[in-house]
Amino acid sequence: MTLTEPPATPVVDPVAVEQVRTARRGTFRRRRHVVVGLSLAVFAAFTARVLLGDFTITVPDFFTIVGGGTIPNVPSASFILMEVKLPRAVLAVLCGAAFGVGGAIFQAVLRNPLASPDIVGVSIGASAAAVFAIITLGLAGPVISVWAVCGALVTALAIRIAARGSGPVRGHASSTSSYRLVLFGVVAAAALQSCIQYLFTRADLYDAQLTLRWLTGSVSSADWQTIRILTVLLLATLPFVGWAARTLPIVELGSDAASGLGEQLVKADLMLLLGVVLVAVAVAASGPIAFVAFLSGPVARALNHDRTTIAGSALVGALAVVAGDYVGDYWVPGGNYPVGVVTGAVGAPFLLWLLVRGRSSKEAG
Amino acid sequence: MTATQARPVPPAPTPAARAGLARAVPVMLVILAAACVASVLIGSTTVSWGALLDADSPGHAVAVARWGRTVAAVVVGGALGLAGACLQGLTRNPLADPGLLGINAGAAFAMIVAIAFLGVSELSAFVWFALAGAAITGLLVQLIASRVRGGATPLTLVITGAAVTAALTSWVSAILLIDRQTLEAFRFWSVGTVGGRSVDEVLTVLPILVVGACLAFLSARVLDSLALGDDLSRGLGRHPGRDRAVVWAAVVLLSGGATALAGPIVFVGLVIPHLARTIVGPSYTKVLPLSVGYGAVLTVVSDTIGRVLVPPTEVQVGVMTAVVGAPIFVLLARRSRIGGL
Repeated sequence: MTLTEPPATPVVDPVAVEQVRTARRGTFRRRRHVVVGLSLAVFAAFTARVLLGDFTITVPDFFTIVGGGTIPNVPSASFILMEVKLPRAVLAVLCGAAFGVGGAIFQAVLRNPLASPDIVGVSIGASAAAVFAIITLGLAGPVISVWAVCGALVTALAIRIAARGSGPVRGHASSTSSYRLVLFGVVAAAALQSCIQYLFTRADLYDAQLTLRWLTGSVSSADWQTIRILTVLLLATLPFVGWAARTLPIVELGSDAASGLGEQLVKADLMLLLGVVLVAVAVAASGPIAFVAFLSGPVARALNHDRTTIAGSALVGALAVVAGDYVGDYWVPGGNYPVGVVTGAVGAPFLLWLLVRGRSSKEAG
Repeated sequence: MTATQARPVPPAPTPAARAGLARAVPVMLVILAAACVASVLIGSTTVSWGALLDADSPGHAVAVARWGRTVAAVVVGGALGLAGACLQGLTRNPLADPGLLGINAGAAFAMIVAIAFLGVSELSAFVWFALAGAAITGLLVQLIASRVRGGATPLTLVITGAAVTAALTSWVSAILLIDRQTLEAFRFWSVGTVGGRSVDEVLTVLPILVVGACLAFLSARVLDSLALGDDLSRGLGRHPGRDRAVVWAAVVLLSGGATALAGPIVFVGLVIPHLARTIVGPSYTKVLPLSVGYGAVLTVVSDTIGRVLVPPTEVQVGVMTAVVGAPIFVLLARRSRIGGL
């Protein structure tokens, strides 16, 4: 984004030009500060997750192990770093970023912070499809991601169709359809959740860790194959995310203003599709980590002077998952909680606070 | 009519109400009896009519075992239907349901805390925790929703309830991870099921439910006057604050007791009062008795269908009602008169 020089005609008041320039520059500077600051925070959390904890690894040792060497006296260090700590941290960053971007796109396009994929049942739809594929059909590997994406798409479509076009909802005239979308989504999430629980009672092998992974989300069973699949899929969506980040400021003005500015309405639907895919891919890798998609957008906005920022949301999401995983693993007595439990316990009060603050009814672009 | 033993007998209806109820109640009782008989006979092995009366036949034992869960389903369904009707009148909200507003989740959370940390293991002991949890969560949801800008509309109440449920679910997961034994006990219970319940367990909770039902039926006129709004209600010589407290107590006793017995079951309290209204109209003196009966019918039928749907396993009542209830919720919410009752 470059600033063009104002035309040097005497009609233009140079003072006003300078004011506009400072104001616009302030926005860009602010966003740069937010992105740089959040990047540093994510890096710090990532470093802490990999090096600290119940098994401390020094920085030189880290590079030795990653470079392929071994630590002479502690042969287990290689395994702990390469098979436990590093994959967990990498998966947390990737999933958090995907949830953050998907959530921010949903919230901006639907112009309602409550309309995030995890609140309206898209995440849990992906999770239900994945669990069905695993338990009932006995599948495994990359095909699970396909099931998750299909489940999320079907859920999103069903809710979208159910919420479309019926009588107005009294008290919410301005954001009727997005509010009904949230309402139906919440109910769909409840129904899908009990479907997942049912599938688990049917499974012969009952593993609490597995259940909680698919109900609340966890990165504790990270492995490099999952990370490879996730990385490839996320890289494939990257150009679309860039496109969305550029187009979003217009789309989030609402359908009337956007079409007035020459944008086609189909773009809003394409963006929602992108959000669904991002969230579903992340769910396939880590389960529906509660409230990350919902939290990232509003937090990044608040840091960025109430302007939507996709990069900021990705970083907040990554930070939330890495830090939540660290806290759940080492700080909570009794130990080793999946990250979804931590983000869920923190995220729900935040949702209530957001409701009480009344943002839900006035929030727009 | 043994099947309705567990059901509290409604007080004599007023003459105005009698006209509609005189036809609706017998029909309802016949349907309920048929559902109970079907529940005893149908399952993974079908019991014949003869075995039902012949104490020596192997089918008889099966029928006796199914009798416990049938009674539990009747009691739980009746309580939830009644609680839903009261809650819809109390909040003047057509989408109110003790499950959707997080009241059942609150009861479940309190029970898990009692089981995991306080070593409580008897149903007669942790039912009190369930009641306390239901009461606190109900008040919390109502309080938060009323703080939301625009007041406690149907939408904000449901969303607040969902948020509270999500938070409680996370904390329940956290507790269950520490304690594998509780997890094993909770695994099936958390879905919402009447499987394996005995008549003794039902009798433990029954006094609480009966008290709740009595409060609810005594409040039928109160609910009708609350539907007019606080000002008109006060003009009719009522005390809306005190009336509300009584109805809240009824809701807490009914939904807390039902949750203690069968786990959190959603949507029964939502759907049934609407069904009752389509039969006898909006007056709560008529809606409440029908909500009890049809709540019981829905739960018994869901339980029976769930037993034969996916052999050899069974689909729990909570899952059945959630899967059937969600589309009904969408239909109800799409009707334009969603604004209030």
